[in-house]
Amino acid sequence: MRLIQGNEACALGAIRAGCSFYAGYPITPASEIMEWMARLLPARGGVFIQMEDEIAALGAVIGAAWAGAKGLTATSGPGFSLMQEHIGYAAMTETPCVIVDSQRAGPSTGMPTLPSQGDVMQARWGTHGDRAAIVLTASSVRDVYEVTVAAFNMSETYRLPVVLLLDAILSHMRENVELPELEVVDRARPAAPEGFQPFAGQEFLPFGEGANLVVTGLAHAESGRPRASDGVNLERMLRRSRDRLAADAELISRHRAYRVEDARHLILAYGITARAAHAAVDRLRGEGVRAGLLELQTLWPFPERLVADLAARVEDVVVPELNLGQLVWPVRAAVAGAAPVRGLSRADGRLFSPAEMAVAVTERTEVVHAPAR
Amino acid sequence: MPRLGKDLRQYLRVEMLPNVWCPGCGHGNVARGIATALDELQLPLEQVVMVGGIGCSGRTPFYFNVSAMHTTHGRALTFATGIKLAKPDLTVIVTMGDGDAAAIGGNHFIHACRRNIDLTAIVYNNATYGMTGGQHAPTAPRGTRSSTTPRGSIEAPFDLVELALGAGATYVARTTTFDFDELPRRIAEAIRHPGFAVVEVLTQCPTFYGRSNGLGDATAMLDYERDQTVPVEQITKEDLVGKLPLGVFRQAEGAEYVREYAALCAASRGAP
Ligand SMILES: Cc1ncc(C[n+]2csc(CCOP(=O)(O)OP(=O)(O)O)c2C)c(N)n1
Ligand code: SF4
Repeated sequence: MRLIQGNEACALGAIRAGCSFYAGYPITPASEIMEWMARLLPARGGVFIQMEDEIAALGAVIGAAWAGAKGLTATSGPGFSLMQEHIGYAAMTETPCVIVDSQRAGPSTGMPTLPSQGDVMQARWGTHGDRAAIVLTASSVRDVYEVTVAAFNMSETYRLPVVLLLDAILSHMRENVELPELEVVDRARPAAPEGFQPFAGQEFLPFGEGANLVVTGLAHAESGRPRASDGVNLERMLRRSRDRLAADAELISRHRAYRVEDARHLILAYGITARAAHAAVDRLRGEGVRAGLLELQTLWPFPERLVADLAARVEDVVVPELNLGQLVWPVRAAVAGAAPVRGLSRADGRLFSPAEMAVAVTERTEVVHAPAR
Repeated sequence: MPRLGKDLRQYLRVEMLPNVWCPGCGHGNVARGIATALDELQLPLEQVVMVGGIGCSGRTPFYFNVSAMHTTHGRALTFATGIKLAKPDLTVIVTMGDGDAAAIGGNHFIHACRRNIDLTAIVYNNATYGMTGGQHAPTAPRGTRSSTTPRGSIEAPFDLVELALGAGATYVARTTTFDFDELPRRIAEAIRHPGFAVVEVLTQCPTFYGRSNGLGDATAMLDYERDQTVPVEQITKEDLVGKLPLGVFRQAEGAEYVREYAALCAASRGAP
């Protein structure tokens, strides 16, 4: 058991997952991840570099991935916005890498030390064009560690950039935790480099290992050669990576259900908000209200079937978020009218308290605090 | 001139030809210079990675029989930095346009110079944005006409050599596509140099720069390159008015980033 901070747990999870390359740019509340990596990597023969901005940081991570490394970068809202161009590049080039966004209240410089869940949609749709995306989140220090390992494993398995959303509270919170040994996945290699087609499947070969590869952000053939006006080819490649995730939806969907068996009211929460939701469920149960919690750790691909199945058994669904309503949209789409879905929103840099959340469930309110006048 | 007529096809990814460049474009001359330099250096090609930005110049890596990474506009050096640090044995050559290197990628360019990381940066300076149709570039002389400066530019240009020197690159040279024998020599020197090496190549874009500024066809533009430049050794005061010096401006030893990092790792081995 050790008392550690969320950001430290993230760094330790990355090391556990075999991360050998970190490039970043300092920003509150993510900086400690970078500082830990600056301490941990050199002693382990890994690479740490402080870049000139976040675009450069993700560029270096992607370059390192093609040189065989497992790369990580971590940032917060302003830096995450800058990274969007290279998130698209990583998606187009099927590059495994992990991007942590410790969310703070925005837009712009916003409230640097206060938490938010305002980047849920940006994490999914922030780069231009369509792409397959995996976005994970966590609600405790131990979860941060485990989900960081999962983020690396998924990026290696599916060859894509995986985003891990933390927030200012989770990043800086300290908890006593045991850090378990976890299974680590490495990208599959082709049997032989001869004739290797870098975009034909999940197998990956880095530069300098027997094949002269072509990698481009232009639409390309399985050989990597550009095919910038072949729309049929591009659409096929985009659908292929999306379908790959759909086929493994159950493996990718990390979640916890709490007291949902006989629940009449379902709270669907994620990240730091799930902690208050957990306590709110107990509180409501104490008052004789049959509430239950579905906590999502995988936000994207959105677990539509899971949510639809649970919603079909309840009277209503409440989605508390530290934003003006983001994940509530895919929840509504998944529930498809089977039960009323209420968003519970706050974007003032504060967390929901369990009492507020419990009241919101019973009183059917949508805002838990009155805006200051 | 022994290189004339040498068959360089083994260095090219022939299935990618013909290239995208316009007839008479200087980018082909630069590519020939790179192939000649690779021939001179006799590097194992599977250990070479060429990284391109976005622009006509950024397409160069596609045409070489090495690993090729075509990246994003202005940011090729960031990818190259990651590649080199993760696998220091690779030889990493970066091809960028002047818009790439000096406008959108200016920040990455000066920081790569400052780090003195062992990369070779070849900047194709055609003083315009070729790929997007001949807009103004931050390297274009005052008064230059382009599609976004139809009455002539009112901005001062960047001098890429001065910029690289000021930012700390340890090899800095300028050459032209007119100097077809010097060009590959400079590129070979830069690749051999154990630090961040910048070769600025003045190259012609007859399609846009030439046409907008009344400079004529590709051969007339090559003559213009000759007339507008002076070898740095022969320079006189009068020459400097309106002319650009050519040659090697710095070839110095300096703390190279990858080696410094390796030393740091060795010193921290065994730390928690
Ligand atoms: C972020 C971004 N902005 C703009 C562009 C459009 N664009 C493509 S190439 C280019 C400029 C090319 O000029 P230069 O770098 O000088 O290379 P050249 O084509 O002249 O070789 C621009 C603006 C882009 N691809 N990406
Ligand atoms: S537009 Fe200019 S720079 Fe681009 S290929 Fe044509 S001549 Fe070369």
